[in-house]
Amino acid sequence: MGLLTGLRDSISRAAASLFSEQDPKRIGIYGPPNAGKTTLANRIVRDWTEHGDAVGPESHIPHETRRARRKENVEIERNGKSVSIDIVDTPGVTTKVDYTEFLDHDMEKEDAVRRSREATEGVAEAMHWLREDVDGVIYVLDSAEDPFTQVNTMLIGIIESQDLPVLIFANKIDLEDSSVKRIRNAFPQHETVPLSALEGDNMDEVYGKIAEYFG
Amino acid sequence: MAEVKTPDDTDGVQIDMISAQRMEGLTSMEKIRMILDGVREGNIVILEEGLTPDEESRLIEVTMTEISPDEFNGIEIESYPQSDDDGGSFLGRLMGKDSTPKKLTVIGPADQIETLHKDETLISALVSRN
Repeated sequence: MGLLTGLRDSISRAAASLFSEQDPKRIGIYGPPNAGKTTLANRIVRDWTEHGDAVGPESHIPHETRRARRKENVEIERNGKSVSIDIVDTPGVTTKVDYTEFLDHDMEKEDAVRRSREATEGVAEAMHWLREDVDGVIYVLDSAEDPFTQVNTMLIGIIESQDLPVLIFANKIDLEDSSVKRIRNAFPQHETVPLSALEGDNMDEVYGKIAEYFG
Repeated sequence: MAEVKTPDDTDGVQIDMISAQRMEGLTSMEKIRMILDGVREGNIVILEEGLTPDEESRLIEVTMTEISPDEFNGIEIESYPQSDDDGGSFLGRLMGKDSTPKKLTVIGPADQIETLHKDETLISALVSRN
C-alpha cells in the first residue's frame, strides 16, 4: 500500500468512526467452538430486549451455530453509559471440520456431512465478516479449557491487526476446572472479564464493560 | 541408475520448507494457494516467515471452502509466538500496515497430524502415514 493511499484510508476510517457515533455498533461474538457464544448472545438479548427472543439454539454439540445470526439494536445501559449494539453471534472458528466427529452424537452420516458443510460455510463467512463488517469483538473462551491454542492466538492477532476494540470473556466460571488466571496469562494485553453465561454470574460487570468499551 | 522416487511412490511424509525469499514476491492468495496445494497433497509445509494476520484470516477462510467429506478435513497450524518487539511501529499501524509476520510456521493436513504441540521454543509434530 502506498504512503498516500494508506494515509487516505486511515483518514477515511477515522472520519467514518466520527460520523457513525449514533449508529449501532456491530459487535461480533467470536471464539472457538463450544465456548458458550450463543448462550451469552441469548442472555444479552433476553436481558436487554423487550421480547427477549433467543438469538439461536444452544447445544453441547460442536458447531450448533453454523450461520452468523444478528440481533439488531440491543440497548445496554450501565454506570451512566449506554450503547446500542447489533450482536452478531458467529460459528466457532476452527481450521478443521471432520464430519465423523458428529457421528459420536447419535447423528446419521448424511446429517453429519450436512452439518460439517454448513459449519465450514459459516466459519468462512465469520472470517470474512471479521475483516469487513464488525466494529468490535467480544472474544469468548471456555475458562475450563486451555486458551493457548493457535486458533485463539491467530484470531486475537487478526482482531488486533484490524484495530478493533476487543473484550475477552472467560466463560463457564461455574465449572470446577475453570481458571480465569490462565486466560489472563494467555492474553495479558486485553481485559478479561469472568462470567457464566449459563448461570448468569457476573453479568453486571459484563454489561458495564460492554458499555464502557463499545459505547 | 538409481531409481528416483516421487512422493506417490513412497509411504513417507514430504516436508516442504519454504524460504522467506520464495514467498517474498507472492500475493496473499498465491501464498495461500501454495500452502494449501502442498497440504492437500499430504505434505507438511514449513514457512520460514509466517503469514500476516490478514493472510491467516484468508487462509482459514479458503481452507473452510475446500473442506470436503472423506477428502480433506482441514489443517493443523502452529507458529512460534510473536516477540514483543515485532508488533510494528505506531506509524505502521496508523497507516494500516499489517504487523510483522510471525516467525516459523508449520502447517499440515489435519487427518495426518496426530498432535502439533508448541511451547516458547519448540514446535513438535507427530505425523501419521495413514
